[in-house]
Amino acid sequence: MDKGHTSREFDRELRTLRDRLLAMGGRAEEQIARAVQALVKRDDTIAQAVIDADATIDQDEIGIDELAFLILARRQPVASDLRFVMLALKVVTDLERIGDLAVNIAKRVRDLMRFPLSPMQDRIELLAERVLGAVQLALDAFVHGDAERAEKVIDGDVDIDALNMHVIADVISGGDVNDAHTVARALALSSVSRYLERIGDHATNIAEMVIYFVRGRDVRHHWPRPRG
Amino acid sequence: MNVALSTPVADTARPKLEVQKLDAWFGNVHAVKDISLGVDARSVLAIIGPSGCGKSTFVRCLNRMHELTPGARSEGRVLLDGEDVYAVDPVYLRRRVGMVFQRPNVFPTMSIRDNVVAGLRLNRVRADYEAIVERTLTQTALWDEVKDRLDASAIALSGGQQQRLCIARALAVEPEVLLMDEPASALDPIATAKIEELIDELKQQYTIVIVTHNMQQAIRISDKTAFFYMGVLIEHGTTQQLFTRPERRETEDYVTGKFG
Repeated sequence: MDKGHTSREFDRELRTLRDRLLAMGGRAEEQIARAVQALVKRDDTIAQAVIDADATIDQDEIGIDELAFLILARRQPVASDLRFVMLALKVVTDLERIGDLAVNIAKRVRDLMRFPLSPMQDRIELLAERVLGAVQLALDAFVHGDAERAEKVIDGDVDIDALNMHVIADVISGGDVNDAHTVARALALSSVSRYLERIGDHATNIAEMVIYFVRGRDVRHHWPRPRG
Repeated sequence: MNVALSTPVADTARPKLEVQKLDAWFGNVHAVKDISLGVDARSVLAIIGPSGCGKSTFVRCLNRMHELTPGARSEGRVLLDGEDVYAVDPVYLRRRVGMVFQRPNVFPTMSIRDNVVAGLRLNRVRADYEAIVERTLTQTALWDEVKDRLDASAIALSGGQQQRLCIARALAVEPEVLLMDEPASALDPIATAKIEELIDELKQQYTIVIVTHNMQQAIRISDKTAFFYMGVLIEHGTTQQLFTRPERRETEDYVTGKFG
């Protein structure tokens, strides 16, 4: 969008759409960061704050959908403008889901606080760090319209999947199946791990849409990934 | 450029129309510059571009109407089924390559019926005129609207009906190619939709080249699109590609409305 549209109002609409997406992305990122913080610190207040803040992200989704709908109806965008509106409509769903998953993590954190610290805590923190990094990189790729950065997000998802499998396998095999507390903790931990892995998938979706926007090529469901 | 990506139309070995290194002038004004492109049989090619980009002149070269303008000339080749259109009788050529203009140009003193067969009469073609009137008016979805008043004056029809009558008149001489120069720009949205629906029907049988200022219309009706700018063909590709990921910066700027 380096060169302005003849219709400056159209420019304003696209800029507003972009700004709202960025604000929502920032909020979603903050929600994951806080959910992870609640997990690490075993902090109920932070967990509750994550749960409470989700309504704002839901409102973001509605507002962005409305604006994208209005632009489609009013401007019938084509080429990069159309790809951008498509990106917005897809990414908004991923961001909203990321918000929901952050809430799910916060809820499981509150469950976990009833039990002693799991020996798997370190590994799940490592997973959380990687997932947060993936979301940050995906949003960064969006901000800069950078397909190479988006490719890094997609490439990194394999590691996130592997870490998740590792955590779940260890959690299941590590506990005493006759101890109800251990089983409950294992279930909550494996849920957190799976939620994190799902957030990683949403980061990948966002990255794929960034590549679509920048290059005009749909790289979803392609293996091996087309390059360049 | 000229990259044929996935196109819904079955490509035959040779395009129906083939333009090779076409240049056209009005006096000293070089309106069309070194344009080469092919149009597949039974497909719709939309030509888009800002006013004065040479798109109408280009189309008028295809049936040699350009040369009728005083001071106008052209160079290069236009092949219809491989045959140079400049080597055949222009009257014969214009029967094979029909044209529909921006404003409906019905003959005001003639009835609806006589308008349809005017071209046949002019060419002294012996044929079953009644059958042709019914066939072409049916093809243009006018038959039911006018069958009871074929002898009424054509100017009693609405603008959209008049334009469909002009298309029926063009079809009466059984052309193979239809050139349309902004055929719906003077019509309301309903009449425009009818013309677009008609173009969709006609392409089963005819090869259509349409000049349009309405980009949404180009997207709706054409298989391929050519973008002209200052007499030059900037980009030519499938309509889907050209409007979702144009290859050239100029095309991107034009279709997204960033020109000027």
